[in-house]
Amino acid sequence: MELRPILSTLSRHKTAAALIVFEIALSCAIVCNALFLIAGRLERIDRPTGADEQHVVTVQARGLARDENANALTQTDLAALRAIPGVANATISVQMPFGNSNWNSSVRMTAEQRGETMSVSNYIADEHLIDTLGLKLVAGRNFTRDEVGDFGRMRTEGKVHFPAVILGQATADRLFPAGDALGKGLYIWGEEPSRVIGIVERLAKPNDFGSAASYEESVILPGQVPYSSGAYLVRVQDPSQRQAVLEQAQKALLAQGPTRIVDAEQARTLESMRDRYYRQDRAMAWMLVAVIVALLVVTALGIVGLASFWVQQRSRQIGIRRALGATRGQILRYFQTENFLLATIGIAIGMLLAYALNQLLMQRYELPRLPLFYLPIGAVALWLLGQIAVYGPARRAALVPPAVATRGA
Amino acid sequence: MFGYYFNLALRSFRRNRALTALMVLAIALGIGASVTTLTVFRVLSGDPIPQKSDQLYYVRMDPATMDGFTPGEDPDEQMTRFDAEALLREARGDRQALMSAGSVAVEPDAEGLAPFVLQARYTSADFFAMFDTPFRHGSGWQRGDDESRARVAVISRAMAERLFGDTDPTGRSLRMGRTDFRVVGVLDHWRPTPRFYDMSSGEFTESEDVYLPFSTSRDLRLPTQGNMNCWAEPTGEEGSTGPDAPCTWMQYWVELDTPAKAATYRAYLDNYTSQQRAAGRFERPDNNALTPVMAWLEEREVVPSDVRLQVWLAFGFLAVCLLNTVGLLLAKFMRRGGEIGVRRALGASRRSIFMQCLVEAGTVGLAGGALGMLLALLGLWAVRRQPADYAELARMDPTMLLVTFAMAIAASLLAGVLPAWRAMQVTPAIQLKSQ
Repeated sequence: MELRPILSTLSRHKTAAALIVFEIALSCAIVCNALFLIAGRLERIDRPTGADEQHVVTVQARGLARDENANALTQTDLAALRAIPGVANATISVQMPFGNSNWNSSVRMTAEQRGETMSVSNYIADEHLIDTLGLKLVAGRNFTRDEVGDFGRMRTEGKVHFPAVILGQATADRLFPAGDALGKGLYIWGEEPSRVIGIVERLAKPNDFGSAASYEESVILPGQVPYSSGAYLVRVQDPSQRQAVLEQAQKALLAQGPTRIVDAEQARTLESMRDRYYRQDRAMAWMLVAVIVALLVVTALGIVGLASFWVQQRSRQIGIRRALGATRGQILRYFQTENFLLATIGIAIGMLLAYALNQLLMQRYELPRLPLFYLPIGAVALWLLGQIAVYGPARRAALVPPAVATRGA
Repeated sequence: MFGYYFNLALRSFRRNRALTALMVLAIALGIGASVTTLTVFRVLSGDPIPQKSDQLYYVRMDPATMDGFTPGEDPDEQMTRFDAEALLREARGDRQALMSAGSVAVEPDAEGLAPFVLQARYTSADFFAMFDTPFRHGSGWQRGDDESRARVAVISRAMAERLFGDTDPTGRSLRMGRTDFRVVGVLDHWRPTPRFYDMSSGEFTESEDVYLPFSTSRDLRLPTQGNMNCWAEPTGEEGSTGPDAPCTWMQYWVELDTPAKAATYRAYLDNYTSQQRAAGRFERPDNNALTPVMAWLEEREVVPSDVRLQVWLAFGFLAVCLLNTVGLLLAKFMRRGGEIGVRRALGASRRSIFMQCLVEAGTVGLAGGALGMLLALLGLWAVRRQPADYAELARMDPTMLLVTFAMAIAASLLAGVLPAWRAMQVTPAIQLKSQ
């Protein structure tokens, strides 16, 4: 197809052509960045916690007032929970994935060190935590019973010490890049060291506290947590039993004493907590999808409008070309090529704009750089859109009869 | 003349229905999206206590040891119990209150109601007057109640209705944490947005359902909630919430009527921290902050970054919609080249052609604004169904209504300038000839 006549026609409609080009460029820039933002959200939503979420439920008990006998009662609770049919294991932890509570403490490598090496999220729980959450122990061993102290009493006495600690892989990698974490001592709580006895493959923080990169930087510390400072975690044998187990668990806890409160809203599956935790990210992703669709529709409508106007304006010219022997297909292709040219210029400018926009987002929202492969996606989308939008007006142009040439416009 | 042009514009709409509909729709979509996101942004970045936000100050200091000290860092976000209680005792502001979040177990008197846990705020007497909380019944407690650790409570209207029905509960007894409290006041609906007085557990969450004297809460060892930052092992029977614990976990607010008083108070804070350093309690150099409400909200970056991003996106979208409208208006006006040529030949000035085209563009904007407002109402309805703390606050108000129309008309006029300019350049002679 000869490009010269198209270019010379376009040069006589500079303003309209420029408008289409700009509209496509701006759409391209926004669509590329919006796609990238959606991908970021989806990646976030898919982050694993390390726990076997399908098999875990949680339930909380509170007392009417401070309970001097909390630890003993907690142990009875746990025994009652484990006795429920369909329950594989149970434990209590000060925090859990997707929970509100987040315990953090600083880690020092030596007793004399001033300032911290890093800050880690603390899962304080007994030796059943790894099994209950379904964590994968990749090195070392689990806590032994005698390493697990009475956390409630340690706190009231003002002397908290954990002889052992299990690290998440991410924490181990950051503290011991050489991979020799096992057996080393760390200063986490108090002035005595805690010895690293094991490493789990992955254990995410309860929530996004701190930078995104630190999401997996947590440790497990051995302590019997009183029921008033934590939440029970229960592992079910079969995910389909989760609701039944939750109901039984609430009954079991209430049966332990007349002075207990078991909040039905706090009795949840870990899966529903994950769902709730990422609700806003999902909503944002859908909003971005809506923006992309609306943008493409508006851009397409703009192309349809201007192209129709063009066709109408040039109907006499088209008639003359038809009278001189141009086929319908040639007229159709003429307008399609014209749109392709405009779209290409628009896309080229759009890519530069996309990068400029990404730069702005990187500065303001600490987003990563836009990967290159988003550009061809945006380009193909807008080329297709242009061709679809121009097809209607172009077809109408092709239907102009040669006789129009003889009429006075 | 304006009425005539307006009339012409309406006639021209009728002749080009599809094109006009497209333009109106484009403006409406752009305006609808922008107004929706702007409304949400405005709600979230608003002043939670406009009548006195410049007289309320959030107090911070840097009480930690030299471990991990980095010069130039912001002071700790919260206060130690020791410092909060000391400042409260010395009471150098017009009003002042210390506070912390907590939870209490309530045992309702009524038959058939099981005990439940409530979010509580432990604070001191000035809280209510300082934050202008509306009262439905009764009032807050007195300073003497703080000192005597009185068993008094203020509850929210919702809680009063849940526990006592329609009756006025002031003077009645409410059992919390195995202790009987006397209800002295019931708040009317009160939900400052953002919840500026304590944002450590969410900026847009609702206010608490029960308020107790802080001294009483410590007397009864009621459970506390919220952020806590300790830099050494707390000792003593009360642990990390003890009077001398090396932990920051409290919020402290002071009311100072005039900037002069604020300057005096700043000097007082510096004096206080020097004394603490001299006594060996503080190690770090003075790093005190006395921050008014709006500055504190800004420092905490209260508006979620998602919301700011949405505003940007919406305005990008509006820009595309406007470009679209420019193109369509251009097409529309150029198509009428003949008619314009005739009018010019009959003596219409360029200026009047320009005006006529702009009026037509403005009319498109008016229609787009009306439709855009409906879309914004729909958009806000969608936002309210979103899973965010602030969702239910996203509502249109009269100001935003005006903004919608102003924006729509301004946008369409802006879009109309170039096409109108091109239209007025039409030379009568050529157009007449080609007819």
